[in-house]
Amino acid sequence: MNNVQIMTGNSAAAIGAKLSAVQVVAAYPITPQSQLAEILSQYIESGELKAEYVRVEGEHTALTVCISASTVGARVFTATSANGLLYMHEQLHWAAGSRLPIVMCCVNRGVGAPWTIFNDQQDSLAQRDTGWVQIYCRNNQEILDTVIQAYRIAEAVYCPVMVCYDGFVLSHTMMPVAVPAADRVREFLPPYQAHTILSPEDPRNLNPVLFPWRRENSAGVLCDGYMEMRYKLQAALEKAPAVIQATNRDYAAVFGRDHGGLHWEYLTEDAELYLVGMGSMASEATQAADLLRKEGIKAGVVGVRVFRPFPAQVLREAFQKARGIVIFEKGISYGYEGALCSDLKAALYRAEHQAPIHNYIAGLGGRDVKARELADAARASWQAMEKGIYEQPTSWLNCFTG
Amino acid sequence: MPENLFKINAKEYILPGTRACQGCGLSLAYRYALKALRENTIVTLPASCLCVLHGIYPSTPVMIPCLNNSFASTAASASGLVAGLQAMNRTDITVMAIAGDGGTFDMGIQSLSGAAERGTDFIYVCYDNEGYMNTGTQRSSATPLGALTTTTPIATKQQHKKDFIKIMEAHDIAYLATASPSYPIDLYDKFVKAKKIRGTRYIHLSIPCPPGWAYPPKDTVKMGRLAVETGISPLFEIENGRFRFTGRSKSMAEKGNRLPVINYLEKQGRFRKMNIEQLHQMQRWVDGKWQEYQRRAQEQ
Repeated sequence: MNNVQIMTGNSAAAIGAKLSAVQVVAAYPITPQSQLAEILSQYIESGELKAEYVRVEGEHTALTVCISASTVGARVFTATSANGLLYMHEQLHWAAGSRLPIVMCCVNRGVGAPWTIFNDQQDSLAQRDTGWVQIYCRNNQEILDTVIQAYRIAEAVYCPVMVCYDGFVLSHTMMPVAVPAADRVREFLPPYQAHTILSPEDPRNLNPVLFPWRRENSAGVLCDGYMEMRYKLQAALEKAPAVIQATNRDYAAVFGRDHGGLHWEYLTEDAELYLVGMGSMASEATQAADLLRKEGIKAGVVGVRVFRPFPAQVLREAFQKARGIVIFEKGISYGYEGALCSDLKAALYRAEHQAPIHNYIAGLGGRDVKARELADAARASWQAMEKGIYEQPTSWLNCFTG
Repeated sequence: MPENLFKINAKEYILPGTRACQGCGLSLAYRYALKALRENTIVTLPASCLCVLHGIYPSTPVMIPCLNNSFASTAASASGLVAGLQAMNRTDITVMAIAGDGGTFDMGIQSLSGAAERGTDFIYVCYDNEGYMNTGTQRSSATPLGALTTTTPIATKQQHKKDFIKIMEAHDIAYLATASPSYPIDLYDKFVKAKKIRGTRYIHLSIPCPPGWAYPPKDTVKMGRLAVETGISPLFEIENGRFRFTGRSKSMAEKGNRLPVINYLEKQGRFRKMNIEQLHQMQRWVDGKWQEYQRRAQEQ
């Protein structure tokens, strides 16, 4: 029996956290995340959610509180946006390096300077190399479901998970969302049982200084050095795609909703031209694909749901019949191109089947981007690709570059 | 309270072989602090001298559980431990955050102020060795006027030390005390007392540092005593707004036998370039603080 409610993306995330029975919440308000921090305060003060809410004085502290609370065995949650996420940057590394299953929502917003409160994905994209799993949601239902899934994933691989969704486009937009029953979520996601808890019964010195090489402990056992620990984090993230897919399958089996695991596809069965994006940009691309199909261009969409660990294998398979790939990104690796574009090109290196790839930067700082405009860009690229133009400089959509 | 050394907890929580420098004042103070707090304690600390004292993975000389965290986050980490332990129904554990003056006066001030304002139930300890000693004696906002550091290498520090205790007092916290490793019973008593109080408790340790202050390692206890006897680092506690001198400072206040600061300054290489004007400034500054404390002690 589905309990469908109309709600914003921030409400969906808050309900996801509540259903996940989080025990410690620490968050600092920032537009467009603020509502999420407020709703969780409401849940906790009213007693609807039995948890500690630490009303911190900044985002660096918010994530630190989560790190330390997780170290003593609590399930923790935080959320932020844009400069708040950047302020956490040091602790993002600390959380992943500590191998803690923290879940955070990043309500995507452009980064200052100059200030913008509006949406793009530069904030989370810039945190690509911090050791976090990054999942990009395309609608509010997916946000709620993904927060719950994120704990299963994080607690299986001992890596933190960032659930990303677009500010305002999703965070402040009302959509129908099916809210799963708490007892069924509890069955899907039992209480967190940490493999190690810092306690006086088992005194340890966690995250101490390491030498470059491996060293013996007092019992003569050779222990990891810094590099072995880094390798183990990488190995855990390499294991994560299978866990993410299994979690998605199990979730679909219980709750009847399949968000695609690592990626999702739209009209790709006979597609020749593939539109690619993450989050709401990829949703928008599905409408662009519809428009292109009406003109006779066989367009489809691949939505990249998980950006880290990068699902290279799955994407290689997804594009094995593509005759053209057009990537739309709400962020840029300054001085080069979109990060998704670079990663996808690398994933397709020496793949049996090669296709031209064009890259568009769009929607930065909330610049409106309509399905028709995506379709126009994709059509122009398609025409160039048919003439054999494999590469073109990264284009800035709807941007005055004269 | 023990009032004498024989009543101090005989158990050691730090095994021989720490990575502290020879003559480290911190290792003395930390030893007595842990004896007072005992087993049911979790420590959190940032990158600092104490992080080094705690040893190189996979061995540690300290038998109390410890969570290392980043430089700015000591009190934030304690807030997380307190919240996490509350969520896990482990409210019997004392959380102690401990950082140097760099991690307290400078980078850690935001998270400490936040935690204190929230009335977080923990003990925060600042071990103040008056500089960034772990990175090689650079200037901090706790470095006194006239001191040479590796970032004030020629002209010496031109400003007085930040009065951090006043900042902490402005948070209206449950308990505030100063202590010195040269007066271990006084230090021990204050930690025992702090452990019993709920809410935010702040203990300020005045820590002599042989390499940073440039004196022979054998003189650490003497240097700590001179800091107290000159009134530079008075021993006191503030409970519910009530100020009280303790130990040596209490008898000094009664007898009026405070030594001139020169007795302390002349024994440390870091003050070798201090000029006469700075010396007078320092004496006036210490006199002013001491008189203020005395006034407060008499008001009670």
